[in-house]
Amino acid sequence: MGLLNFFISFAVMATIYSIFVLGLNVQWGYTGLLNFGIAGFFAVGAYTSALFTMHMPTGALANYVTQAFGLGMPFLVGVIAAAIASGLVSILVGALTLRLGEGYLAIATLGIAESIRIFFNNESWLANGPQGLVGLPQPLHNLVSPQYYSYVYLVIVLIFLAVIYIAVEKGIRSPWGRVLRAIREDEIMANADGKNVVFFKMQSLVVGAMIMGIGGALYAHYSAAIQPGVFEALFGTFIIWTMLTLGGTGNNKGGILGAWIVWAIWSWSTYLIAKVVPASFATRAPFIRYVLIGVLLIVIIVRFPKGIMGEERQVSKF
Amino acid sequence: MLELLIYGIVLGSIIGLGSVGLTLIWGITDLFNCAHGDQITAGAYSALLFVTLFNKMGILKGIVGPFSFSWGVLVAFIPAILISVILAILIDRWVYKPLRKAGATSITGFIASIGVAWALRGTIYIIWGADFHFYNTGLRPTIILHNIGIKFRVDEIFIVIISWLSVAVVYLFLSKTKMGKALRALADNPTLAQVSGINTERMLIWAWGIAGLLIAISGVLYGIETQLRPEMGWIFLMPLFAAVILGGQGSITGALIGGLVLGIAQQMSTAFMAPSYKPAVAFIIMILVLIVRPRGILGRRYS
Repeated sequence: MGLLNFFISFAVMATIYSIFVLGLNVQWGYTGLLNFGIAGFFAVGAYTSALFTMHMPTGALANYVTQAFGLGMPFLVGVIAAAIASGLVSILVGALTLRLGEGYLAIATLGIAESIRIFFNNESWLANGPQGLVGLPQPLHNLVSPQYYSYVYLVIVLIFLAVIYIAVEKGIRSPWGRVLRAIREDEIMANADGKNVVFFKMQSLVVGAMIMGIGGALYAHYSAAIQPGVFEALFGTFIIWTMLTLGGTGNNKGGILGAWIVWAIWSWSTYLIAKVVPASFATRAPFIRYVLIGVLLIVIIVRFPKGIMGEERQVSKF
Repeated sequence: MLELLIYGIVLGSIIGLGSVGLTLIWGITDLFNCAHGDQITAGAYSALLFVTLFNKMGILKGIVGPFSFSWGVLVAFIPAILISVILAILIDRWVYKPLRKAGATSITGFIASIGVAWALRGTIYIIWGADFHFYNTGLRPTIILHNIGIKFRVDEIFIVIISWLSVAVVYLFLSKTKMGKALRALADNPTLAQVSGINTERMLIWAWGIAGLLIAISGVLYGIETQLRPEMGWIFLMPLFAAVILGGQGSITGALIGGLVLGIAQQMSTAFMAPSYKPAVAFIIMILVLIVRPRGILGRRYS
């Protein structure tokens, strides 16, 4: 039973990461936007949904927890608010950076994500600073006993993944998606064809960021506790890049496969390594994963640049 | 304010030294090396390895003059530089050379360098653990200039002097020697350099070697200034990125100016903002400069 529970919670996280990968695929896979600030949208989504769904702290708790507001809205409102907030932040990010060259965009987004994290860490009035928020409401939690809640949540996140997957596939096969891919292949050519390149890039950035915001909200309600430390570049950004690169950039199915494989390596290796290494080494053993993921990323890029599936041929239906 | 300016110059010198190697590689190979910070960490920890070794052997334990570090740290510069140079060249041979051969874009290299960064940091975590380390424990002597009311650490004089000395040597090497000219030619136009009879692959070994040298020096100096921990280089990389972009691709003078601007701006900002906002200040300055001047302060007109 323990192993099954472990697998279910693994599946929930892999599904949430799949949603992030789809968001990144819209931006990088189809449009060629180097967004290295996924962690920033992740954080904005998670915090927004938390503030919308939680109630203001009362009683003794109010002495320890400060938050700007707590609206106590339903879960779905929180997720929608997360998508909108993340989209709005991405408009700001895009306005500042989209005219820069691709490499600059990468560094600028990385810096903005780091700044967002520092902001949540410092501004205690907003969302309790470094301690973060605890006790986020979980949808349908009365349905089953707490130890089986992961099963319910897995169904919820799978529905979200399916809806987002279908939406992205539809979008990418539409004329809109064709413009995005044209921009990725040759920006100057797309511009010469009368497409407003910056405007289309902005749309792609916003759509991707909204998906990431939803992912952030889903993560927040699953873990039920968020703090700025979660949104560091390693878990928030680079692991998602590794997933998409492994599965196949420009391929939604591949990206989802990549998310499951990388998350399996990440979470199951902890479990396996802990069994193999001596106890005195136990505190350092988890870092073997860093090396594992790093080497995996290098090997994919050097040996199998297309990833497992490669880019899917897109045939527009219009 | 004057005190913050002095701290800013110290920080700016360290950032400047760290960013010269980064901008050199960016200029010559078009690669934005995300592993630069973790290579700095590796340099700092290689020195720690030898300092620990010297302490075990009971040699070179004396403290150097008025500073806080022992003779062992000074001697450890040499093996740290050697390890860092070899590491930089090996990474290039194993990771970036195959990518160049395959004609991959610089963005591919950038993503690969993230993998390198992870692997390096993971290795350091495995060997040394997540705890803080110091080259030497004990007091860190300070100087107080009473007449102008400034207090700073004696070590910082050493750090600033060594930083500028190393940068000056590299700058002279690049501008005066034949090898330096060939490297600059390669940075300017790789194809033209190749048809002019410059052995590009051999030049790249030199470029990574010089970068490795600067990386080790800045790693050890940064370790003396603060303390050693596995995340140090990654966190340090953020202002380096900003300095290099501010300065313009491949421009050493630009990187130095960028480093000083950011160092001073970061320290000055603490007068009216929480100190933890320092990295954010660096990035906001970088983005603002890029909007006004997309190629940086001293960047090339074309790419």
